[in-house]
Amino acid sequence: MKPQNAVITEVIHETPTITTLKTDIELDAQPGQFVMVWVRGLDEVPMALSHPDSITVQRVGDATAALSDMKVGDSIGIRGPFGNGFELEGTKIMIIAGGVGCAPLLPLARLAHAKGLDVTTIIGARTGDELLFEQQFSQCGVVSVATDDGSKGHYGLITELMVQFDLTGFDHCYVCGPELMMEGVLDMLQVQGIEARSQFSLHRYFKCGIGVCGACTIDPSGLRVCKDGPVFKGDMLTKSELGKWHRDATGKKKRLS
Amino acid sequence: MNNIAKIDLSVELTGLALENPTILAAGVLGTTGSSLKRMSNSGAGAVVTKSIGIEPKPGHPNPTMFKLECGFLNAMGLPNPAYKEFRSELDTAKEGSVPVIASVFGAHPDEFSEIITGLDGADAYELNVSCPHASGYGAVVGTDPALVEEITRASKHATSAPVWVKLTPNTTDVVEIGKAARKGGADAVVAVNTVRGMAIDIHSGYPILGNRFGGLSGAAIHPVAVKCVYDLYQALDIPVIGVGGISKWQDAVEMMMAGARAVQIGSAVYDSINVFNDVTVGLAQYLTSHSRVLDDIIGLAHSKVGL
Repeated sequence: MKPQNAVITEVIHETPTITTLKTDIELDAQPGQFVMVWVRGLDEVPMALSHPDSITVQRVGDATAALSDMKVGDSIGIRGPFGNGFELEGTKIMIIAGGVGCAPLLPLARLAHAKGLDVTTIIGARTGDELLFEQQFSQCGVVSVATDDGSKGHYGLITELMVQFDLTGFDHCYVCGPELMMEGVLDMLQVQGIEARSQFSLHRYFKCGIGVCGACTIDPSGLRVCKDGPVFKGDMLTKSELGKWHRDATGKKKRLS
Repeated sequence: MNNIAKIDLSVELTGLALENPTILAAGVLGTTGSSLKRMSNSGAGAVVTKSIGIEPKPGHPNPTMFKLECGFLNAMGLPNPAYKEFRSELDTAKEGSVPVIASVFGAHPDEFSEIITGLDGADAYELNVSCPHASGYGAVVGTDPALVEEITRASKHATSAPVWVKLTPNTTDVVEIGKAARKGGADAVVAVNTVRGMAIDIHSGYPILGNRFGGLSGAAIHPVAVKCVYDLYQALDIPVIGVGGISKWQDAVEMMMAGARAVQIGSAVYDSINVFNDVTVGLAQYLTSHSRVLDDIIGLAHSKVGL
């Protein structure tokens, strides 16, 4: 499809670096699916939908800066929704989200809550100011918080907070956040032998976004993050490049540290 | 089903033994060794890598590809990590079960030689002298017969493996370029690369591709490719590999009747990466029901004139 024109109808400054843009287009999307967002004349970037009519953007590069500065009435191009989203499993779930990784998980929490599932959420951020959607998640269930600087909730990593829970008591875990956080979470689930009961949303450099070019494939499976993902079961990722490397726009491997 | 399984679809192509005549086209799911390996295990008879150059290139800004009703437009911009970095990806790809063809692009003959030497060990090399949207490369060199001949000759000198030359349809006479490749020593020609195209966003007036224009692939270009293959088959005594808009077995049969000894499939992985298997099964069923073998249909259209 060619990009659809989407007009910004509301701009919500969620945190000092994160902004939600509501548009006049409501997509029929599964939680965890993504769209390609075209900032005309600049770039096109993949974005999770935080609501069927919204994207939530962290200012990290040129395109996200341009999006963060958009005003009501401005427009963007949108292709999608693409990829495979999250699938709800069981009756008691845990959501583990770091930073802007909360965006694709909010619609999942809302869907799970609406279906009567028991939802526990752990969210993390660098600082208390940067916590995303804490209030929205708390409308869906219990929320625990961790911050890198200790300005709110647990002082430290999300994985340290996870220790306080009996993870085996949850039917399924849903995870999105910085790569090293996700690797840490996957390691913990693996130690308990429950990695098959988890789903992770990955991010990689996308070009086509429709499963043809191969820029976002992961090792060693060769699976495409844009089409076979972005959500993968934990047991598909245990021996993967997750947390170890990714590829840049040229296709060169870059170590994660 | 048993009879179909026994149908021999193997084809000898420039000295390579292919289990079936479907090949993953260049630029599609060929950025990494593990992706190429996945495709080689999903039914393709051979796989072609992403085009590799001398220096790392990030490619054009996004949007780089999108689907149209009639096909796909792309302007990837030859993104690649350069041959030194790609070396290990090629080694991984070779762990797969089928021949791996390295696609190579450059601005002049010496670059092609250097890259081919640096990527030694590929089962064959495909010279990309046909990308329609990278300045200084691709179709810029691929529409100059003398340069194509020189690049092909230099590439042949750099390797003992077969050299295929991928042609652009964005030229007045594809046969002239095919003949130049043949003169330079090409073992096969591959026809065609994408057809130059463009799409404009009517809400804003912006061309949609980051590069403004690019190449059209998919169903829309199939008849263009069939005509090019038909003409090349008639004019050349080396194999023609058909590519352009093949997404089902009927397309493959048609391309082979035009003269293709094998076919490449690219954009159609959009629908399913099992397309190679689907085409192969359909081809086998077709041959069985018509009591034919592959050689019977290659170039068949050329003998069908008059009553």
